[in-house]
Amino acid sequence: MTDGIRNITRTNISRRRALAGLGAGASLVAMPWIARAADDTIRIGFPTPLTGPFAAEAKDQVKSAELAVKQFNDKGGINGRKIELLVRDDKLNGGEAATRTLELIEKDKVHAVVGSLSSAVQLAVNEVTRARGIIYVSISQSDTINEVKDFSKYTFHEALNPHMTAGAVARYSFKKGSKVAHLVADYAYGHEMLRGFKRAQAEIGAETVGEILHPFGAADYSTFMPRLRSMRPDFLCISNFGRDQANSIKQAVDFGLKQQAKIVVPVILHNQRLAVGPEVFEGVVGGANYYWGLESQLPSAKAFNDAYRAANGGAIPTDYGAYGYTGLSSLLMAMQVAGGTDTDKVIAALEVLKYDVAKGPQSYRKCDHQSVQSVLVLESQKKADMKGDADLFKVVANEAASEKVLRGCTELGFPA
Amino acid sequence: MTSPALAEPLPSSVRKPGRVKSLMTTYRVPLSIIALCLLPWLLPSKALAVNVLVYGVVAVGYNLLFGYTGLLSFGHAAFVGAGAYITGIAIGQFGVPWYAAVLLGVIGGGLLAFAIGALSTRTRGIYFSMVTLALAQLVYYVALQASSWTGGENGLRGFTVNKINLLGYDINFLDPVNKYYVLMAFAALALWVVSRILNSPFGAAIEAIRENERRARTCGYNVERTKLLSFTLSGTICALGGTMSALHLAFVPLDSLHYHASGMIVMMTLLGGASSFFGPFVGALVFLVMEDVFSLWTSHWQIIVGSIFVLFVLFLPKGIWGTFLARFVR
Amino acid sequence: MDTELILMQLFSGVALGAILVLTALGLSIIFGMLGVVNFAHGALFMVGAYAGLWVASLTGSFWWGLLVAPVMIGLFGMLIEYFLIRPLYGRSIDDPLLLTFGLSYVLVEGVRIVFGTDGIPFPTPPALTGVLDLGVGFFPIYRIFVVGVVFVVVLLLWLGLEKTRFGLIVRAGARDPTMMRVLGVDISKVWLLVFGLGVGLASLGGVLSGPMRSVNPEMGSLVLAEAFVVTVIGGLGSLLGSIIAGLAVGIVISMTALFAPEMATIVMFALMALVLLVRPQGLFGKLA
Repeated sequence: MTDGIRNITRTNISRRRALAGLGAGASLVAMPWIARAADDTIRIGFPTPLTGPFAAEAKDQVKSAELAVKQFNDKGGINGRKIELLVRDDKLNGGEAATRTLELIEKDKVHAVVGSLSSAVQLAVNEVTRARGIIYVSISQSDTINEVKDFSKYTFHEALNPHMTAGAVARYSFKKGSKVAHLVADYAYGHEMLRGFKRAQAEIGAETVGEILHPFGAADYSTFMPRLRSMRPDFLCISNFGRDQANSIKQAVDFGLKQQAKIVVPVILHNQRLAVGPEVFEGVVGGANYYWGLESQLPSAKAFNDAYRAANGGAIPTDYGAYGYTGLSSLLMAMQVAGGTDTDKVIAALEVLKYDVAKGPQSYRKCDHQSVQSVLVLESQKKADMKGDADLFKVVANEAASEKVLRGCTELGFPA
Repeated sequence: MTSPALAEPLPSSVRKPGRVKSLMTTYRVPLSIIALCLLPWLLPSKALAVNVLVYGVVAVGYNLLFGYTGLLSFGHAAFVGAGAYITGIAIGQFGVPWYAAVLLGVIGGGLLAFAIGALSTRTRGIYFSMVTLALAQLVYYVALQASSWTGGENGLRGFTVNKINLLGYDINFLDPVNKYYVLMAFAALALWVVSRILNSPFGAAIEAIRENERRARTCGYNVERTKLLSFTLSGTICALGGTMSALHLAFVPLDSLHYHASGMIVMMTLLGGASSFFGPFVGALVFLVMEDVFSLWTSHWQIIVGSIFVLFVLFLPKGIWGTFLARFVR
Repeated sequence: MDTELILMQLFSGVALGAILVLTALGLSIIFGMLGVVNFAHGALFMVGAYAGLWVASLTGSFWWGLLVAPVMIGLFGMLIEYFLIRPLYGRSIDDPLLLTFGLSYVLVEGVRIVFGTDGIPFPTPPALTGVLDLGVGFFPIYRIFVVGVVFVVVLLLWLGLEKTRFGLIVRAGARDPTMMRVLGVDISKVWLLVFGLGVGLASLGGVLSGPMRSVNPEMGSLVLAEAFVVTVIGGLGSLLGSIIAGLAVGIVISMTALFAPEMATIVMFALMALVLLVRPQGLFGKLA
């Protein structure tokens, strides 16, 4: 038996070639599962967490992305070629996302990838796409993807990053001498938000009276409340995301912190506000990339909302949903300019693209491909003031698109 | 005069195995390797096939402890993760060549398995499972905190292996077919190692412990040492699976250390069959394909997978492969 | 660090411990009596929260939710025992653990299908909103209520186990189930009721937690881990152990939050690992 095994290992390479030949024959039989032959369609991969705690946001993103694709296809596609969106479930897991991206590139032969939610997942996707020279437009909030370590010429970041949103919220809320207490989720994203706040505070002259890091994913915040109260802040800044945000705001309100201080968050989330209710969220201020209420101020927002309503039975797009639309639109517009899917031409087109599809003017900064766009500051409405079920927030500030609110290129590690 | 006891046929566990079964057992490694060679052409994607390789190795390694020694560990994801992280860090931060990184990952995972094994084999029964779960969760939280090494919640990246040099040939590692067959070589090695272990006197010892620990002790086996060795070997094989995963995805997600990941390994092993050599591999294959296919149909695939698992525990405890072997292979 | 803050922190530790005690008790009872590690305990906690929410929205009152949901889910637990766990008796001790593990996936996804993947608000009952000035600080009235409920439940449980005939059977059965059969007791009925009771306690914990945390399908995952930590530290099968360990763990988490808040979850698992290595049967448990 051992001789047999020795023979196998020795002839491994030639056996591999022979089997590859055999396999090629077998693959003709297994036709349905084989990568499709190159044809004219433009294929865009869209990994998104259809399973898991952000399923609602993911579904919104899919609907918005499909809207963008449909709009382009209705106008004749790109150079006559139709666009196809390949949606995949990444299960909010980096390993799954990497596998799905590999499948999209190797089997489905996509020309570009847009998507993902959660910093870890986008970095996983990015790792796969940049090694293989495929354009990736990330629509997930993160500071990390801007940094030189994860960057590549194929990497584009169409979403806001925590630095921008925290900064905008700080600039709207704080004054010189404001006392700010921080409750921060102890992971990269939390720290990024805190950094954004602190930097803006330094410029404004607001002081940090205390800082508590909480374990990522904690359900109970009662043990942090007494300390936060003792700091006697004017503002309580809660830097976390998703369920953590819902839980921490709810419990802060339970402990009476809203009587003492104003609660601000870097990103105020549409679905978390729905999960907790208007009473708890009332008066909370936070940043966002999009809110449907912009339509009263911005014609492009109105156009987007109307198209979305028409395609989705009257529903309005949410914040994360809008990322699907803006991200995909920017890519498709660049492909239009480039006349096709030639990667280098599309990259060149993206780098100089100026567009306004839903929220005002947007463009990509050259050094890190970060989307320069406006940041909305929203305040959650009192129940009595809500004019309808969807009237969750009011837009209290709209920080114009500017490269000045981003971290400097050299700070991120890029050559000057 | 026939003794009344022999008037009935002996139960299958005692009966001498028939020709097909003993052929299959003797040649289980080459047969497995042939099956693996064909795998990428039968599955929807090569990336999925590599995942099957990875988790097949992990499950087979895990089964050394679970199916053959009879110890239910709920923390083996720690070793898979350790192998993956060490390999990734070695390549990404220290520029170590890939094969050395794999070796480091396997050794590192093995050492962690030894440490956790030493602590957990001191307990028995249900407490053993609880300890492994607790210690593995500890590893998860340590990895989360040590973010400058591991990338924390963002995962470990920056160690993509584009090209490897094997015996003088430059192989493009990004090509899915090449990647599969290179990693398959590792899988074959792992299967061979496990087969040798099971055929050895040590293999008999661990099965004795599974059947009746007290009796094994009275027979003179050093039960604690044997359990620890089994735990360590099992963890080392899982670490090898982890290194393969790191090379495959060029990314190590933090979640791969969570107890949900450990639970997944247990599910795969059970699904395929914990009483056989190749069963866990079959389990990994079925589980991953099921997950892949079901998640294309519905976002609620977890209820299907969970229900199937419950049904298996109730009605098919031998798993798919185990039941197949028991029924059709004489 | 002023004493007011420390006292306040101790109190929040006790309040945190109360929920831990409830879920740990359920897990411990089931293990002590049936030898089953219920991996679906966290999922059932979550189902309890949703059931409470559903009943409350039907009847318009939180109190009905609080009373009815645990009974409902307790009965559901009995169905689980009868159809899924009972067939596994006599087989490997790990089989019920594995089955309940798979079951937890089914329950979580089932809730997602019926109620959606987003969190649902569970409003605090109006009678219990607001904070109370404890002298050392302000504390939500609702949490004080929760401590009170847990205290009453523990008392009732103790009375039930010590003073009633059924309680006697449960305690004896935990010590020696074979003997119980020999004495003519229908042990299977006892198992049914005990499993139902354990599940009922978990779902009561869920309903009580609802107004404190957002109700979402994943809320059971961390609860399961916490329940394991507490039951193991206290001793699987020991009720006194669950109570003391629950309060202790709550206080330890709370005190850690004062000095190194980001370590609050790690410290829980480190404590569990430590106890298991020094005294594997837990503080009050019996060795396997």
